[in-house]
Amino acid sequence: MMKFKTPQKGRIRRELEKRAPKLVETGKKTLILHGTKTSQVLNDVMTEIYHLKRDNSVKYTRKNDNIRPFESGGETSLEFFSLKTDCSLFVYGSHSKKRPNNLVLGRTYDHHIYDLVEVGVEEFKSMKSFKYDKNLAPKIGSKPFFAFMGEGFESVEELKHLKEVLLDLFHGEVVTNLNLAGLDRVYVCVAVSPNRVFFTHCALRLKKSGTVVPRIELVEVGPSMDLVTRRHRLPDDSLRKEAMKTSLEKAKKKEKNVVKDAIQGKLGKIYIPDQKVGSVPLPHNAKGVKRERREAKLKHGTTEELPEEKKQKLDSE
Amino acid sequence: MEMAQESYELDVGNLMASYPHHSFASTPSSREELVKECLQEGTKLVQAIADALFNLPSTESPDGPLVQLPQPTTRLPREKPLPRPKPPTKWEVFAKKKGIQKRKKDKVVFDDQTGSWKRRHGYDRVNDDKDVPIIDAKATDEPGQDPFAKRQEEKKKRVEKQEKNRYSNLKEAAKAGALPSHVQLAATALPITGSQAAPRKISKDELGNVAGMAANATASGGKFDKKLPGEKPPKHDKKYRKFLPVAEGSGMGSLERQQTEKVLNKFMAKNSHEILNVQKAINMYNVKKDKKGRSQGGKSSSTDNKLKARKSPYKKSSTKGPSNKGKSK
Repeated sequence: MMKFKTPQKGRIRRELEKRAPKLVETGKKTLILHGTKTSQVLNDVMTEIYHLKRDNSVKYTRKNDNIRPFESGGETSLEFFSLKTDCSLFVYGSHSKKRPNNLVLGRTYDHHIYDLVEVGVEEFKSMKSFKYDKNLAPKIGSKPFFAFMGEGFESVEELKHLKEVLLDLFHGEVVTNLNLAGLDRVYVCVAVSPNRVFFTHCALRLKKSGTVVPRIELVEVGPSMDLVTRRHRLPDDSLRKEAMKTSLEKAKKKEKNVVKDAIQGKLGKIYIPDQKVGSVPLPHNAKGVKRERREAKLKHGTTEELPEEKKQKLDSE
Repeated sequence: MEMAQESYELDVGNLMASYPHHSFASTPSSREELVKECLQEGTKLVQAIADALFNLPSTESPDGPLVQLPQPTTRLPREKPLPRPKPPTKWEVFAKKKGIQKRKKDKVVFDDQTGSWKRRHGYDRVNDDKDVPIIDAKATDEPGQDPFAKRQEEKKKRVEKQEKNRYSNLKEAAKAGALPSHVQLAATALPITGSQAAPRKISKDELGNVAGMAANATASGGKFDKKLPGEKPPKHDKKYRKFLPVAEGSGMGSLERQQTEKVLNKFMAKNSHEILNVQKAINMYNVKKDKKGRSQGGKSSSTDNKLKARKSPYKKSSTKGPSNKGKSK
């Protein structure tokens, strides 16, 4: 027997519609969580990633003992959280003797794990340890630049994968219109060796150069860290193919109040709010004041007279 | 410098630049040096993106120049599958076949009965059942039928039919995997055919109990059966039975002693005669003695004895009584 359930409340209906698959997707949300054990370094890393992506991320603070992204059966809980929070990117931290300061960056497709990259965090420097002019501090939700340097990002499989995941994690929304005044941050990633990436976050300082293009200076604002690649898992080819599909047709925005006519051409309707001619505000005659004052006000037409009247009254007494 | 700029790979849509041929001039000795060099190189890359970006045609806005970004070249996977196209409803198919065009209806309609403009649907709507005070009788009307009730019933039927149509359209959409996002498919348990009552959902505990009963229903009490993964052992697989400890001690150890003492006390008590039914005891003793005497008296003439006893038990007792009594006493 099948039953169709529809939400009784509009709020829930709108929320479900937001989560529905779209032709052109807006930004992905990030889930930040950790396993049974973490270290201070890892806690800081996760908090700061959360700060960088504050506008669209969810951070869990409880420990999760049944999440092991690379093992079969260890992903169920993670996939459930992804469904619950509607997040398709996740950052999972764990700390063990075998893999200290371990960070698993991953993506999900249709709330199932798509790919995973595991990195170890070394030489972490927190945001707090950087001193800079606070006016330069990047704003939440601004579109970042990316600079990837080093041969490793082209030749080494792990780094190639890491590059894609880092880009997906930090690039924010895909936009068509960009405000050039709002550009204020760069992520710099350098492949130092085949398994080590130097990752840092910088603010931009735009200086006048005499031309249209300003001269750009980078100011390191942190966090900065070394990512040492460990395990990684690429998606299946079939899954990848499915996930890479894009719609040919764009989602059309409904054009309101415009009619196309064969004879008259394009016609638009303009709505002008009611001008309320009948209730034009007249000079203020307050009814709440005493009669003497009201009369005085009408006689002189100014309010300056009133204090004098008061004085006179006092004199007469 | 210019040579280097040409080898930068730019993706202006993602504001990304990569420089695969980068190599450190000399291996940096300290962390500070490495960071410094990375930032220098990074500045060049960002400058390269900015060059491309600031030269794009821009429009002025109060907040700053707006630029139309090109499509990103680095393709990233989607987070959810593409939405499937919704199959047409039965009406849509029919309308297309007949060439029926959609047309807009006004939200308000002039109501002749009240002579005012009213909503087409909803509260205080036009031609509402409540606003019909009189229904003209027709020749076809059956006597004894309430026209108002009939009208209401007809409306109810129409609503039900529409709901049924909606469900069948939704089913088609579910088959195509294109249900509207706010509609969820909730599969309930299959009803037993013929039963009208909606199937009740069985709780986890109830299911566990039934499974436990089924598992024990073998000759061996489920002892040799293979356990299913996740199956819990039955709560009471043995009899409720307690054995008292053999060795004497305090607490549990003294329980056995207490039990025997309790029985003994009953017999040794002052009013033990009340416990002992003297009359019954005498009867039992007599019967036993009687049996003994008979078996000893003559096994050969057992049949005679029986016959005699049947003939006249009173007479015999009177004649043989004294002798018996004498024996017994």
